[in-house]
Amino acid sequence: MSSTPTVSRPVTLIAPMRPAEGPWRRAWRQFIRQRSAIIGMAIIGVLVFTAVFAPWIAPYDPIEVLLGKEEGIQKRSGPCIHLLGCPPDRPQHLMGVDGNFRDLFSRVIYGARLSLFIGFVTVSISVAIGVLLGAVAGFVGGWVDNLIMRVLDVVLAFPFLLLAIAIVSVLGPGLLNAMLGIAIVSIPAYARVIRASVLSAREEEYVLAARTIGLGPLAILSRHVLPNAISPLIVQATLGIGTAIIEVAALSFLGLGAQPPTPEWGSMLSAERNQVFTAPHLVFFPGLAIMLTVLGFNLLGDGLRDALDPRLKL
Amino acid sequence: MLRYTIRRLIVAVPVLFGVLAVTFVLVRLIPGDPCTAQLGEKATEAICARFNAEKGLDKPILVQFGIYIRDVFQGDLGTSIRFNRPVTQLIAERLPVTLELGFFALLLACIVGVPLGIIAALRRNSAIDVATMVGSNIGVSMPVFWLGLMLAYVFALLLKDTPFHLPPSGRLTAGVTSVPFYVVWGWNIDPKSGFGQVLQFLANMYLFNSLITFQWEVFRDALRHLILPAMALGTIPMAIIARMTRSSMLEVLGRDYVRTARAKGLADFVVTIRHALRNALLPVVTIIGLQLGTIFSGAVLTETIFNLAGVGRILYDAISTRDYPIIQGFTLAIAFSYVMINLLVDLSYGFLDPRIRY
Repeated sequence: MSSTPTVSRPVTLIAPMRPAEGPWRRAWRQFIRQRSAIIGMAIIGVLVFTAVFAPWIAPYDPIEVLLGKEEGIQKRSGPCIHLLGCPPDRPQHLMGVDGNFRDLFSRVIYGARLSLFIGFVTVSISVAIGVLLGAVAGFVGGWVDNLIMRVLDVVLAFPFLLLAIAIVSVLGPGLLNAMLGIAIVSIPAYARVIRASVLSAREEEYVLAARTIGLGPLAILSRHVLPNAISPLIVQATLGIGTAIIEVAALSFLGLGAQPPTPEWGSMLSAERNQVFTAPHLVFFPGLAIMLTVLGFNLLGDGLRDALDPRLKL
Repeated sequence: MLRYTIRRLIVAVPVLFGVLAVTFVLVRLIPGDPCTAQLGEKATEAICARFNAEKGLDKPILVQFGIYIRDVFQGDLGTSIRFNRPVTQLIAERLPVTLELGFFALLLACIVGVPLGIIAALRRNSAIDVATMVGSNIGVSMPVFWLGLMLAYVFALLLKDTPFHLPPSGRLTAGVTSVPFYVVWGWNIDPKSGFGQVLQFLANMYLFNSLITFQWEVFRDALRHLILPAMALGTIPMAIIARMTRSSMLEVLGRDYVRTARAKGLADFVVTIRHALRNALLPVVTIIGLQLGTIFSGAVLTETIFNLAGVGRILYDAISTRDYPIIQGFTLAIAFSYVMINLLVDLSYGFLDPRIRY
């Protein structure tokens, strides 16, 4: 705090009374100062809004086949937007019609629901397992630590998507299995973050103090050690949601994830990928949706890291 | 240095052992009996009984694991159901394609990413800096499979009649053949021998092969086929490399020795390249090493889109035909090469930065 006293004003040694600023408040102030974080928040805000109000935004049912229900509907016809010169007597399809006579816009809108679900559930699974493993490894130490970390090293020895492919091809294709596959391969990242925080917290004096007054290991872990590991975990998890969404979409693209007619962006792309030269809009819009969503979570994650971790200034 | 190398190799052993265990367990997790899973429609009762005895599947699970390890070390990764050929042979055939693609993509990422990062750092907060940072944020969020399809659309269809037209699939135009270098040089080799297989492996990297034999027509054609997949595959690493170069340069540019170099009147260019860049590159190399996983993972998607006969493409086909020996064998081979390449990257730090002493 540097104030520049002018001659006319008496120097005040004590700053005017202000409520003490807690770490969360300071983090929030740092956070909203960053443009990228704001953009990320805005994108995710739009996404959440779309997901919640999907039935009201989408003009059609996402899996309804419109053949025979709508006159003159053309398979894979391009976008028809009245404002942009599409004849008003034709029904409006903002992103065109897909290969099964479904309204692509409605499918993309409903896809937001599915993507948020995929992101949050996948990350929750790997955070739950990762935190448990990392905390145990860091807190117990010794051969338990060694064993857990070596097993996680093996997971890391595989390229990310490849191990997920192998797992899902064995479990059988399907959205839940794809999510499980991605969740499993993401565990090491969370376990390592937690373990590192636990290891550094274990040596702190407040943990020693807690032990001195007779707290059990579980109480120390949950009340004193883990709260200190929370901010790197939040950052990792936010970035992880973006990764989970993109990787599950990749699995769906390979035919291992969501199966048609589920309105999942990756599987929508997969269904029409051979039509990219004749109906590029069917590939363009779902992919754009994936990209923007992932971008939102990445920007938010970067913003959170800069706000929560004062040591890291990129 | 030698001691460190040996220690790293020893640490890698349990990891590789774990990799073996994972690939072994994976195939055991397939619902149904392994005979039907591995032989597909050919599996009759008599054949299954022989198969089970041959593979030791009637023995306890730990013995089976032992047999699996023995087979792997003897170079036997099973036989593909669909191709009815040894998996090792298929790997020798397909891996060069992926290595060539991955290497080229990474090269592209470095050639574009590093200079962009340097310029962004030197002209901090300028338009080019902002554009680089925005671009890199978008780049890391890019779904490889979407980018690939869109690139194919733009370069193969929209730019069809321009000089920028690029082919969207395959490795060479029909009619163009890459003559292996050992044929060009008139070597007499046995294609079945180990040496012959190594030569075939090398010759299957078309860019490399046509370059050393001066087949310029082939080189040009192979290069044009490789640009689109490499752009798709290289975008994420490029974005990450640009970002890392920028932040690393910014840090180094504020150091005392850079100020000293400027103070003694050295040209800006010399200060940037000789004093700042050399020191800024080490974290960049680390990041480049970490991109190998992205490259291997992305190769599955890229090769599927651009119809390249590499390991990614064969894995994709194997998934849809449930060709488990291929999935198992290729996963193992890729994980092995991944661990080994990572090891090499780690060891290379000592050469790049003499301050690092193991």
